[in-house]
Amino acid sequence: MKAPWSATARQRRQAGQGSWWSGLPGVVYLIALVFLPLVIIFVYSFLSRAKLGVGVKWQFSLTPYTELLFSESLSGGRSFDPTYLQIIANSFWYAIITSVVCLVLSIPIALWLATRAPERRTALVFAVTIPFWTSLLIRTYSFIIILNDNGPINGLLKGIGIIDEPIAMLYTPFATVVGLVYTFLPFMILPIYASAERFDFRLAEAAYDLGAAKWTVLRRIVLPSIRPGIIAGMVLVFIPALGSYLAPELLGGGKTSMIANVIAAQFGASRNWPFGAALSVLLLVITLLVLVIFAVVAKRASRAAGRGGWEALI
Amino acid sequence: MCLTSTISEEPLDASAPALSVRDVTKTFQTPEGGQISALDSVSLDIADGSFMVLLGPSGCGKTTLLRCIAGLESPDSGRIDLRGQRIDNMPVWRRRVNTVFQSYALFPHMTVAQNIAFGLQMDKVPGDIIKRKVGESLDMVHLSGLGSRKPSQLSGGQQQRVALARALAKEPEVLLLDEPLSALDLKLRRGMQSELKRLQRETSITFVLVTHDQDEAMAMGDQVAVFNDGRIVQVGEPREVYLRPCSRFVADFIGEANVLTGALDTYGLVIESVGFVPRDRLMPDTQAALGQVHVAVRPENVSLQLDPVGSAKIIDVSYVGGDMRVEAVAAASGTAVNAAVSIVSRVPSQGVQPPRIGDRVSVSFAEGSLTVVAD
Ligand SMILES: Nc1ncnc2c1ncn2[C@@H]1O[C@H](COP(=O)(O)OP(=O)(O)O)[C@@H](O)[C@H]1O
Ligand SMILES: [Mg+2]
Repeated sequence: MKAPWSATARQRRQAGQGSWWSGLPGVVYLIALVFLPLVIIFVYSFLSRAKLGVGVKWQFSLTPYTELLFSESLSGGRSFDPTYLQIIANSFWYAIITSVVCLVLSIPIALWLATRAPERRTALVFAVTIPFWTSLLIRTYSFIIILNDNGPINGLLKGIGIIDEPIAMLYTPFATVVGLVYTFLPFMILPIYASAERFDFRLAEAAYDLGAAKWTVLRRIVLPSIRPGIIAGMVLVFIPALGSYLAPELLGGGKTSMIANVIAAQFGASRNWPFGAALSVLLLVITLLVLVIFAVVAKRASRAAGRGGWEALI
Repeated sequence: MCLTSTISEEPLDASAPALSVRDVTKTFQTPEGGQISALDSVSLDIADGSFMVLLGPSGCGKTTLLRCIAGLESPDSGRIDLRGQRIDNMPVWRRRVNTVFQSYALFPHMTVAQNIAFGLQMDKVPGDIIKRKVGESLDMVHLSGLGSRKPSQLSGGQQQRVALARALAKEPEVLLLDEPLSALDLKLRRGMQSELKRLQRETSITFVLVTHDQDEAMAMGDQVAVFNDGRIVQVGEPREVYLRPCSRFVADFIGEANVLTGALDTYGLVIESVGFVPRDRLMPDTQAALGQVHVAVRPENVSLQLDPVGSAKIIDVSYVGGDMRVEAVAAASGTAVNAAVSIVSRVPSQGVQPPRIGDRVSVSFAEGSLTVVAD
């Protein structure tokens, strides 16, 4: 027999049973800070460029969207221009590399964390969050110091005689990827750790006992069990990486532009707000598509693996 | 067989045992910096095709021994041989030994059939043979038709059977079972006990089962090894261990026993507070040094006769199953109260005039029923 109070307490926690007004702050927050800005961007993307480029002219226009694919020559003729497609492809490429590198690094780190003694684990997980204590801007600037021609890495390599001339790392795609991986690594480690921490390592022992060697245990027992964390980590890294601004701007030297840098430029130097808004809408649509793809893949994988836990994470 | 530290010098049997454990020692560090001796020079031979039960109170090292045999723990010293081949330095996955874990450890993301197939896939068994073997294993544990379920869709008893089928499908040389029945309710446990006995007979695989339940050990084992504090204190057939416990610990741990102190001479035994007991009451081949000894006697071998001048007084009468359990206190006249000895007798309750609390009785023992035990 359960005590009556415990039964009611449980009922109160069930979904859909709370009072409607308890959700009010959340609704206000969503309307003011998420919905309204999106509406503004959406509306701006269908307007015309202002005379001086700052703001918009209230006149309906599809030009911002045609500009995505076509460039207008001075004579007025339109020709196909893949520049922006190329930039989107670039962004995807960087986001994919970043997610994969983060994933490969995070799985061993998360498993290592999850197998420490419980007292030490808390401190170590805390350590993973240390980068969040200072601004991303400052941390990204610090990579300029680390990666530049006279920085510590080139200094060390020269010091031990591996190179004579400094390796140009700063303002290359490599620097962008380093910055992106550094920025997003904790977002991959933490969800995978959360899954790994719940993993029952006695299952790994059972697999060894049944004749599995290390890699097989990892592949067939551990990875399927931490799959919800991997999917959550991929979403948490891939999507913001797609819209990254700082790392490509500061470390890639603007040469390796990603879509966010182009958007920023439209609201700044290029003074084309409607086009910037159209690019933003495009980024949003792409993001949604990617989320849907992740959800489908996750569902298929979870059906194959017989686990339904991932839904809670997305 | 009562064990002393000299067992490792004993010659091996002519027929090599399926599993031989020699002087295995394992010490754990506690987080506080102390040391726990989980296994203290444990030696044990397990005959091929037999059902060995490791019995002992919780925390005495039974699981640690199983894990050493399976390879999930490596002993600090000693050696373990499987059919004459040394295995203690072999990786887990190469030992032809499988375990049924206390927690079952079924893979939650795989179906029942996939769980059972897993171990066979590791052995690179061809697909069609795996399919057949999975079917056979499921039949063997009466779970045919449940192969496509997930472990979470099964009851505890069914999960237990899957764990068993998964380990047996690999046809190991030795099957290790760590308290496999402890999570089941009493009725299910009884059923599984005979089920396990049947499976062991049918497969003639050597079973090593761990339990802290002495009834279970008595019911299932061909041989029982009694553990205490990281050591094996006695190995033998259940009946032998029951009737001839080596030590006070074994006598107390297995069933109920009266452990009495007395002085042994050539004619018999003078038990404190109870009186003289002729020599023929001792087990026939008792070879104990004369002088002070401890003897153990089972309640069913004690009889309490109404006797106005008897040495004992009844203090409790209760019914256990069909038996009457009578507890008396013997205090020889003139001795202090703290020298009083408690004696328990157990007799079938049918057709017996029940004694009353406070009745005086004299104590006697069945012939050949007293066994000398170490303190
Ligand atoms: N990994 C471990 N670390 C520290 N102590 C352990 C470990 N495993 C077992 N022990 C200790 O060793 C002793 C024997 O444990 P175990 O073999 O599990 O006993 P049993 O199975 O007989 O209950 C216990 O005191 C236990 O606390
Ligand atoms: Mg145990």
